[in-house]
Amino acid sequence: MEDTICAVSTAMGVGAISIIRVSGNDSIKIVNKIFNGIDLQTVDTHTIHYGFIVDNNSKIDEVLVTVMKAPRTYTKEDIIEINCHGGISSTNKVLELLLLNGCRLAEPGEFTKRAFLNGRIDLIEAESVGDLINSETDKKRKLSLNGVTGNISKLINKIRETLLSINANIEVNIDYPEYEDIEVLTNKEIKPKILKVKEDLEKLLKESQNGKIIKNGIDVAIVGKPNVGKSSLLNTLLGNDKAIVTNIAGTTRDIVEGKIILNGIVLNLIDTAGIRDTEDIIEKIGVDKSKKIIEQADLVILVLNYNEKITKKELDLINELKNKNLIVYINKTDLEKQIDVDKIDCKNIVYGNTLNVENLEELKNKIVEIFNLEQIETSDFTYLSNSRQISLVKNAKKSLDNVLLGIENGIEVDMLSIDIKECIDYLGEIIGASYKEELLDEIFKNFCLGK
Amino acid sequence: MFYDVIVVGGGHAGCEAAHATATIGLKTALITANIKNIADMPCNPSIGGTAKGIIVRDIDALGGLMGIVADKSHIQIKMLNNGKGPAVRSLRAQADKITYPKIMLETLKNTKNLTIIEGMVEDIIVENNKVVGIKLEEKIINCSALILTTGTYLKSKILIGNTNKLEGPHGEKRSNHLSDRLKELGFDILRLKTGTPQRIDRNSIDFSKLKEETGDDVYWTFNCENEIYYDKDKQAKCYLVYTNEKTHKIINDNLEKSAMYGGYAEGIGPRYCPSIEDKIVRFKDKERHQLFLEPESLYYDDIYIQGFSTSMPIDVQEKMVHSLEGLENAKILKYAYAIEYDAINPLQLKPSLETKIIENLFTAGQINGTSGYEEAAGQGIIAGINAAKKLKGKEPLILKRNESYIGVLIDDLVTKGTKEPYRMLTSRAEFRLLLRHDNADLRLRKYGYEAGLITKEKYNKLLEKENNINKLLDELKELKITKNNITKNILNIIKDNNFNTSINLYDFLKRPEININLLIDENILEKKYTKEVYDQVEILIKYEGYIKKELKEVEKLLKLESKKIPKDIDYDKIINLASEAKQKLKEIRPLTLAQAARISGVNPADLSILAIYLKKEYGKDEH
Repeated sequence: MEDTICAVSTAMGVGAISIIRVSGNDSIKIVNKIFNGIDLQTVDTHTIHYGFIVDNNSKIDEVLVTVMKAPRTYTKEDIIEINCHGGISSTNKVLELLLLNGCRLAEPGEFTKRAFLNGRIDLIEAESVGDLINSETDKKRKLSLNGVTGNISKLINKIRETLLSINANIEVNIDYPEYEDIEVLTNKEIKPKILKVKEDLEKLLKESQNGKIIKNGIDVAIVGKPNVGKSSLLNTLLGNDKAIVTNIAGTTRDIVEGKIILNGIVLNLIDTAGIRDTEDIIEKIGVDKSKKIIEQADLVILVLNYNEKITKKELDLINELKNKNLIVYINKTDLEKQIDVDKIDCKNIVYGNTLNVENLEELKNKIVEIFNLEQIETSDFTYLSNSRQISLVKNAKKSLDNVLLGIENGIEVDMLSIDIKECIDYLGEIIGASYKEELLDEIFKNFCLGK
Repeated sequence: MFYDVIVVGGGHAGCEAAHATATIGLKTALITANIKNIADMPCNPSIGGTAKGIIVRDIDALGGLMGIVADKSHIQIKMLNNGKGPAVRSLRAQADKITYPKIMLETLKNTKNLTIIEGMVEDIIVENNKVVGIKLEEKIINCSALILTTGTYLKSKILIGNTNKLEGPHGEKRSNHLSDRLKELGFDILRLKTGTPQRIDRNSIDFSKLKEETGDDVYWTFNCENEIYYDKDKQAKCYLVYTNEKTHKIINDNLEKSAMYGGYAEGIGPRYCPSIEDKIVRFKDKERHQLFLEPESLYYDDIYIQGFSTSMPIDVQEKMVHSLEGLENAKILKYAYAIEYDAINPLQLKPSLETKIIENLFTAGQINGTSGYEEAAGQGIIAGINAAKKLKGKEPLILKRNESYIGVLIDDLVTKGTKEPYRMLTSRAEFRLLLRHDNADLRLRKYGYEAGLITKEKYNKLLEKENNINKLLDELKELKITKNNITKNILNIIKDNNFNTSINLYDFLKRPEININLLIDENILEKKYTKEVYDQVEILIKYEGYIKKELKEVEKLLKLESKKIPKDIDYDKIINLASEAKQKLKEIRPLTLAQAARISGVNPADLSILAIYLKKEYGKDEH
């Protein structure tokens, strides 16, 4: 930990100025060695100085150097930021000089890790910083900022305090059993309090689902028989919305065919045709890969042919997807009607013709409706934005279910407090109020370099 | 003159410590200023209470005296929290203040290798940071180990209103030099305060106006062998009294006369037994506070008013007492007083209770900043065991937080320190479901046996019990209840006339309405073990889910506990540690990462830094 670390903290190649950040005990000393200007060891904290970065006597770049001394800095260590003006090659040269003079290249997320380890920020804030850096859309940025300002921490803390006060009351009852002065908590009195907290957690989870959508977008799987028009649907969607990315091989997803933005939310379009070379997707539904795509998708669009009878397999698939967000898109309405619509048990049916762009509006409106995208835009963001936090809240909720089960079974209050404490611990883990070794590496390895 | 071990102070800590070292086989001297005050109870006339009762059980399981002496001398006993879960049940006995010390003294006199000496210790003799003896007023006694259990006698000061006397409880001589000497040796001295309420003449109380509090109608014992020494039908009574508006007005009108509020005291008192003026100031809205009248002894007339401790001057105390219903004409035999005394900072102790500064010097009881007879005795027996282990070159006995309330107590003291007299509470124990009244012997007997305090015969009894518990658990998993052997009675209880399955008794017992006694009564289960075995098995089955949960937490703790911090670690080398954490770690020098985690002021982030440093510096051999 005592190393002085450095990294380019702006995106390489973007913009005219790049900033190199140096943090650690020796940062001032090291930069001073390669800085031609005022003696940085003598300057006040939080001041900016003009000069040159030099290699021996040759000038590398004209720079502004910001000196920020511990502890009032991002990492709570001495930090120097060098604003380089000379483009990529001179920035790289400056970085190299720093490394030669005793700095170590920062690992991804190491600045934020130090900020956390030095008590500058809590875990949620740390995670949000990572999200902020990686955020692609405005909404995402807003979500990340919300985490940074500690909104979630505040909410979680409030819930924890409620539970702590229940447990404190139980404890007092145990330690002073004979004193009538203190309200005696019984199962009957605890129950509504626990139900209320559970409700709060459920609300948070639901809102976090939206947070996840903002952050990761909506995964949309397009399925259907061959020649039903899946590809043309996909192409029309992408074509009309100028695909941002195409053919990105993901690690969890198999293939993302493209992304479009709808009401500021990213839709990750996955064409299952990509994994089905020759055979019918519906026939291959037993195949794990296709199933997995459909399972993991937030939305499935099943494309049917207006001009054909509906098959049993298609009907089975609709039945299987009953509990998922499903849109049945009936394509080729320009042809003669053969399909028996009455057999389709799905409330989201959209008719269309992929050749006709206007019909796509109806499909998009349906997506906006299903995910309430209008509302996401206007509501304020108090969301948990990553899956670690969400799963902890789910665990916390499970603890409360156990409390309620205990109440049903007439378990004594002091036993209930065990599950209440478990819930408090899970929530504490979200805001880093408890120590867990594995946790830290896990979180900080996801960080980008330079923060 | 030479003794292997000298114990200074004959209070509850001293008695246990001296009894332990002597029983283990070390030549022991117990020094007391007044032999009449051996095992004295200067405050409340009770042993046990929530959490404290379990400490007494733990002391007994280890082979200590407090439990058995309380069993032989109490005049009333009850199980507190009996309506709650098994984890929080705890015994409290009204101990007779004449009989308890008398039986303790007899027991000590009959303990082999133990000599009781009357005298005041003037000095501790230390050579090369190792204790070698003590100086009494007239002679020097040498020793290999010294255990200080001086209670409240270090520079004690008795406060009543604005008057104070430089003496210990009962007007005994205080120790004037010892705390100065300890300071000289490098100890950080704390000034603490505690108090005790009035004693009232039994004959002057109108009991007809008061509510009776009786003992339980079943037999209970602190001792693990379940030997009964009392008649449950002949227990003494306690009584309930309440403060009222009048009482509160008297107190509020006279607040500035109280030693505490008038600024006449400097010591820090316990939050957990506040004086009555504290309670009235802090809880303004409370219309009344509950008080208990407890008889001190069958042999004299003093009644103790539990909950009425105060440092008001005596004229105000008269008015306060007389404002209580039933006590209008009460005669005060002893006025309430506050007492201030010196204690050492327990952060200067190792978990073995040996001091960090002076080798072979151990301390136990109130000198370590605790309050309560049970807390003192619990430390006393551990100090005794560890002094003996030290002299024999063995590893100390350090009870873990998941093993005993005594472990929790000592760990809290040496890890967190204390600013006020430390009282044990169930909420201080994170694994209280494992630290039950009913399983003290199963948790701790083995340590008592290993230390040499429990005889082979007693230990074998425990092994047999353990064995029977396991046998019964196995049997219950084998035996089944089916539609063929289920009885009408049970069908009625489970309200299921179509009982058609076959289920083993183990799972059947998990139903809230079923218990082992019922199965025995209905001849589904044969009775062949002791009641304790059945009780134990029932708890293990009924609360299995919760117990498993705590065991999982224990596992996490033990994992952290296994991460030892090297003794020679240089915290100054860990640059990124927050300065508060660094200072605390340097002071306390925790033995493990788990202990470090419990230090207040060391937050999770500091712990991470420490863990990362340990991994980096000592990675290969420690992790």
